[in-house]
Amino acid sequence: MFDVKALLDEIKASPFRKIIITAPHTGRVNFTSVQPGERVTGPQGLWKEKPGTLLATLDRERNPKPILALEKGELETLYLDLEGCFVEAGTPLAVVRHYMTRTEVQNELLKKTLHLFTAPERAKYYFTPEIDKKVRASGSQSVTVHEGMELFIMSRMKREVPLHYAGPTGAIYTVYVEPSASTDAGQPLIGVCPPDQLTAIQEAVMQVQTEWKEEA
Amino acid sequence: MDTSVEKRIHTLRERLAYIEDIFAGKHGEDIDLLQDRLKTFEERARAGAMGDPHTEIGGIEDLFGFVERRLEDNITPMDKVRIVRHPQRICLRDILENVYDNFTEVGGQDEHSLDPSMLIARAVIARRRGKKMHVQSVMVIGQEKGHGADFRNGGSVKPWGNAKALQYMRVAETEGIPIHTYIFTPGSYPIEDYPGAAQQIARNIYGMANLRVPVVTVISEGGSGGAEAIGLADKRLMLSHGYYSVISPEGAAAIEGRLKAGERATPELIEHCATSLSITAQDNLKFGYIDRVVQEPPLGARPNHFDFFRQLRQEMLRATDEVVLSTRRLSFYKRIALRRLRRPDVNLDDLYIRWGLSSQAKSRLVEKRQQKFLRLSRSACRDRRPFFTKVSQAFSDVLMRPYNHLKYDLYRRHRRKMAAMVEEIDTEWELFKSRLFSPFRALCKALPGNRGAAAEDKSAELMALSTWTGDARRRKWNYISPRYKIDRTITCPNATTYGCLDLWGPDLFAEFAGVCSYCGYHFPMEPEWYVRNVFDEGSVYEFNSEIEAGNPLHFPNFSDRVEKAQKTTGAKSGCMTFEARIDNIKVVVAMLMGTFRGGSVGAAEGQKFVEAAERAAKKRYPFLAYVHGTAGIRIQEGTHGVIQMPRCTVAVRRYIESGGLYMVLYDTNSFAGPVASFLGCSPYQFAVRSSNIGFAGPGVIKETTGMDIPPKYHRSYRALSRGHIQAIWDRPQIRGNIKQALLTIGGRNLYYR
Repeated sequence: MFDVKALLDEIKASPFRKIIITAPHTGRVNFTSVQPGERVTGPQGLWKEKPGTLLATLDRERNPKPILALEKGELETLYLDLEGCFVEAGTPLAVVRHYMTRTEVQNELLKKTLHLFTAPERAKYYFTPEIDKKVRASGSQSVTVHEGMELFIMSRMKREVPLHYAGPTGAIYTVYVEPSASTDAGQPLIGVCPPDQLTAIQEAVMQVQTEWKEEA
Repeated sequence: MDTSVEKRIHTLRERLAYIEDIFAGKHGEDIDLLQDRLKTFEERARAGAMGDPHTEIGGIEDLFGFVERRLEDNITPMDKVRIVRHPQRICLRDILENVYDNFTEVGGQDEHSLDPSMLIARAVIARRRGKKMHVQSVMVIGQEKGHGADFRNGGSVKPWGNAKALQYMRVAETEGIPIHTYIFTPGSYPIEDYPGAAQQIARNIYGMANLRVPVVTVISEGGSGGAEAIGLADKRLMLSHGYYSVISPEGAAAIEGRLKAGERATPELIEHCATSLSITAQDNLKFGYIDRVVQEPPLGARPNHFDFFRQLRQEMLRATDEVVLSTRRLSFYKRIALRRLRRPDVNLDDLYIRWGLSSQAKSRLVEKRQQKFLRLSRSACRDRRPFFTKVSQAFSDVLMRPYNHLKYDLYRRHRRKMAAMVEEIDTEWELFKSRLFSPFRALCKALPGNRGAAAEDKSAELMALSTWTGDARRRKWNYISPRYKIDRTITCPNATTYGCLDLWGPDLFAEFAGVCSYCGYHFPMEPEWYVRNVFDEGSVYEFNSEIEAGNPLHFPNFSDRVEKAQKTTGAKSGCMTFEARIDNIKVVVAMLMGTFRGGSVGAAEGQKFVEAAERAAKKRYPFLAYVHGTAGIRIQEGTHGVIQMPRCTVAVRRYIESGGLYMVLYDTNSFAGPVASFLGCSPYQFAVRSSNIGFAGPGVIKETTGMDIPPKYHRSYRALSRGHIQAIWDRPQIRGNIKQALLTIGGRNLYYR
């Protein structure tokens, strides 16, 4: 059993991820004017069409390649001693401290606490009619699933096969599957929460929603 | 205060607001005077301090009229742009209500329409001859701005709105009634949803080039492609305060000022561009792109100018009658009728001319319309062909016409019949022969020596199912891009998506023909690459190279820029026309070169394109438009450029209808006017991989619609998905694919058929 509160405290104590930006291939490094401690941005726009902050250029065979920030955050380290040097592929060039956003924290929390029931193959997944009725009437959390329960209909090219639940007994906390869209094999369909942890998880999520300031 | 005085004050207030709006801060003294007089009158009238307010307000109205007339003399082109965009400007519904006797809106009503910015109505006009009343029907089609109603979208028509217009033009053609179109658009709505802005405008222009009913157009706000979508007419009238232009003055200023997204041009630059583009009715009448100017009241027509509507009705009747009469053969009667029509005092409501046309008259109507457009803008380019060349060309045209007719229409047709007969006899003979010799053949096969050879053949057949002997496996090119000398690696733009490794410059631009060997991305190549590698070596014969791009509007600093482009590229215009062979099949090619001012099309390029189409028709050759790149119509040439849209489409239509094969191949980036007319109208359009095809670029779409568009919005694959183009070809296979297309598709009159 997870201690949800302790998990949240742990994230709060260190609310960021360190992203190490490495050289994709060999080449000579030239850093730009961005300095450690400055804010950098990741790809932006509706389609992530605007590239992130330019940190350096890597020149190989007179072909300068931009090295860009991959996530929004603070530039923690920039290996300025490599300026003008020839580096091997995989050499760390910079470290970006990315502050976790509200959604990221929530997903992290749920990933660690919920049991994820995954798709066995790429197909479209629908709840069985009885479960679907229940979900529509009173929400997914009202449905308790148990081992061997007929939960989904797996539909592919008009071939419809029932899919039985395997895992611990509990309420469906999150539904990841989208109706009429194909889900890849290994992707989560639902997240199941043990009944004794339901309240604790709900409270933790509420806490994240209200207290977490960092947004996407 | 008397309500009638209140009403008159209200009207004066509206007039004042209108003057303030259209002059945008200019003529402050006149405006202050009017404001002052109106305010004083209003205060006194409300206080009851005047004897006869009706007389005094009459005086103020006279003052307003006087000031308006004076301001009218100093009106600038940009003021006219503001006039046509003003919510108080007359709109199509005002015209329907005041010019026609009755109408029924078809194809939707108000906001409940496929596209509320395109208004279509069946309208009637009652005319009298003696005591008899004649009711004549017309199909009225036009953009509706609706005095600023949001759902009308400012007269910016979406592709399906233009499709609706074409549908009802066809209805009018079926019913044999004239079409009156009214152009009130700043430009078309530049989205690529099916059928696509460019593709639909091209279809409209192509359709109108052959409409077998009289078409009369009135232009109030004629913005580029949107205007051309319903503007190819027998008579084109223009309102005196309207504008007809290739681009809005703001758009031209953004290009001239090289502004980035989000930056705004200064009012002075916009005003300068509006003047330099020669967009007014008077300018266009001088150029010959419109037939007549309809005079409006001072500072432009508004819905309460009933005299103007009466005058517009007369002009529409006159124009329609003239078009109808021009198709009649009886010249004596025609002359009398036309003389009567042209008398300024004649009331055309009391004169009845039947608008129905006979089948021959319809053909004459179409021919006249097509010839009219083909004649336009000839003087807007610099034709440096020597006099002797021109004369000899005209002479050879006269001689070649009967020769080609004899060769292709008579001799080839009969030869084909003879060949078919000989073929049939030959088949019969072969059959007879095989039956006759079959016993001997069986005997020969049974001999021991022959078995080995048969087995060898069989094994060769199984081992090599096909052999690569075609052009597809070509590794050596006749022409190599000069960029092969760059001693560096190049990153493919798709490297992040597909993980393409870096490409070595000399390999990429020489052997690989500019194609990424990992993902197949096509880097742009020079026009010369195609000329030398697609067509048979040494078969290219360029013609009309002496027709040069110029600066017909004397646009400031533009002549230098054209000269610079000519020096850099070595070409005299953005269009190269030549005859060439592909595996000995002769073709006429018009190539728009993206290297010459972005491949923009002006009067010279249009003229060369028209002449190439005519040459292909005369010689019975297939006609290929290879678009290395085109940024649209050359804005610095104003309407000289935009008129190439209908003009070249007419030439293409005449070529296709004469039985030719017109194919278009897009490469790199093809946008705007040319795609929305003479390129987009081709039934067979193909694209080179990694090319972009569309109507307006991302910046213009964002500015006009406020929509962000996805990064690959204009990729040729989207054009393929919506049915604009028929296939996407790889660069090394262009030659093979063109050859295959020539042999498998095409018109009935091609010389090799």
